[in-house]
Amino acid sequence: MQGIFKNIKDSLGRIRGLVLRYVYLIKGSLPRLLELAYWPSIQLVLWGFISQFFLTQSSVLAEAAGILIGAVLLWDVLFRGQLGFSISFLEELWSRNLGHIFVTPLRPYEFILALMCISLIRVLIGVSPAIMLAIPLYHFSIFDLGLPLLAFFTNLLIFGWVIGLFVTSLLLRFGVGAESLAWALIFLIAPVSAIYYPVSILPNWLQWIAWTLPPAHVFEGMRAILTQDHFEKTLLLSACALNFVYLLISCMVFLYSFNAARREGRLLQIGE
Amino acid sequence: MADKLIISVSELSKKFGDVRAVDNISFDVKENSVIALLGANGAGKTTTIAMLLGLLVPSSGKISIFGIDMLKNRYSALSRINFSSPYVDLPQRLSVYQNLKVYSQLYGISNEKERISVLADDLRLNDLLHRKYGTLSAGQRTRVMLAKSLLNNPELLLLDEPTASLDPDSADWIRHYLCNYREQTGAAIMLATHNMQEVERLCNQVLMMQGGRITDAGTPSELIEAHGRDSLEEVFLAVARKAPPQGMK
Repeated sequence: MQGIFKNIKDSLGRIRGLVLRYVYLIKGSLPRLLELAYWPSIQLVLWGFISQFFLTQSSVLAEAAGILIGAVLLWDVLFRGQLGFSISFLEELWSRNLGHIFVTPLRPYEFILALMCISLIRVLIGVSPAIMLAIPLYHFSIFDLGLPLLAFFTNLLIFGWVIGLFVTSLLLRFGVGAESLAWALIFLIAPVSAIYYPVSILPNWLQWIAWTLPPAHVFEGMRAILTQDHFEKTLLLSACALNFVYLLISCMVFLYSFNAARREGRLLQIGE
Repeated sequence: MADKLIISVSELSKKFGDVRAVDNISFDVKENSVIALLGANGAGKTTTIAMLLGLLVPSSGKISIFGIDMLKNRYSALSRINFSSPYVDLPQRLSVYQNLKVYSQLYGISNEKERISVLADDLRLNDLLHRKYGTLSAGQRTRVMLAKSLLNNPELLLLDEPTASLDPDSADWIRHYLCNYREQTGAAIMLATHNMQEVERLCNQVLMMQGGRITDAGTPSELIEAHGRDSLEEVFLAVARKAPPQGMK
């Protein structure tokens, strides 16, 4: 039993060490820190004014003024979550540091957990100012969603990690040549995530695809609360179940890519 | 008492497609020894080191370090090993201290402040501790890299070209430091290098590699004598150019 506790303590120490590496990076650069909060805040301001304009034009939006702003804020959780994961991995490639990291006793699953931690930190730094800004500017508080907000946030963050794991797997295979995927891949799922419109707007075959993705369930759930004041438990449960499956698959894909990189000698060579 | 076996490599090979980067090599390394992997570019030195560290999976063969099968259970050995290479870097935007602190935690060092302070004194890093790693000169970076590779007091130190791009004074200083480290700790050190002076100064065993194979092995003086040459550099050139030993037709 003592051995198990020691292993867990050692493991947490290694995860903390790697998280510290990314925290130092963020702390060491004010522009980097400001940039984390810059884009979500600009998005919020832009979409806030658009939704104010729509309020005067659309009875649907007039019923729930916060739909667009809520969607913008939650989409940023997903987007920043995956970006925080992928960019942290890219930092290792840019600094040609992977070879050093993987000769320490750090296990690949600890590496994944460390990237998840730093992704959460980056999301909180990035999205918090935008959330706070929405309250005085547009009289919209995302906290009005209540406890379900935590469930939405968690599900979107986890799906961000899923995309991040797929991106890092591709980076392990193709190197920094594939770095644009860190920004681009997530936009592939944006149209079917039902962020700003309901799933029912999509053509039938795209609706089928949308329901296989957790974000569509989350955004539908958010709309149900804002328009009908009703929390759809089934939507949340489906999002959780789907996330569980995707997370499992993405971890397996990452481990496969990591082992392939070890077989083909890419851990030493990969870099700029 | 016989020296403890640190590394035991048996029939190790690595193929990349049709290319045999390492071809059926076997060797042992004992504690308190410095062994050199000597060979021209592409001889298989870095590939061998990468396989020892578990960064690269062999196509066939066995690697045992401290009696641990590295292909099955490398994590239990990795906390006792460390590594440095000019081909792998440290985060440039982190300060020297931050880099050493991060790696201390990755290696699970309990008294990290004290350890960093000792290494900073030993390796003359005190003035550099709060400078960003990316702003350092090649010689300063080599010293930082060496500090990183000594953080966990490794019983096995694998160094790929440890004095590459250093001026003769800095290179000599590093060699001296490594000699002392081995004497004080009884660690085994393995170097992959082109620098014959380094090998003659530091190593008590040399593995000459060519085309992924070990073509010759022995102490530097044994190799010089066996090839009838005056220096290890001449031996290296003769092997690289496949010239027959001197005095032979």
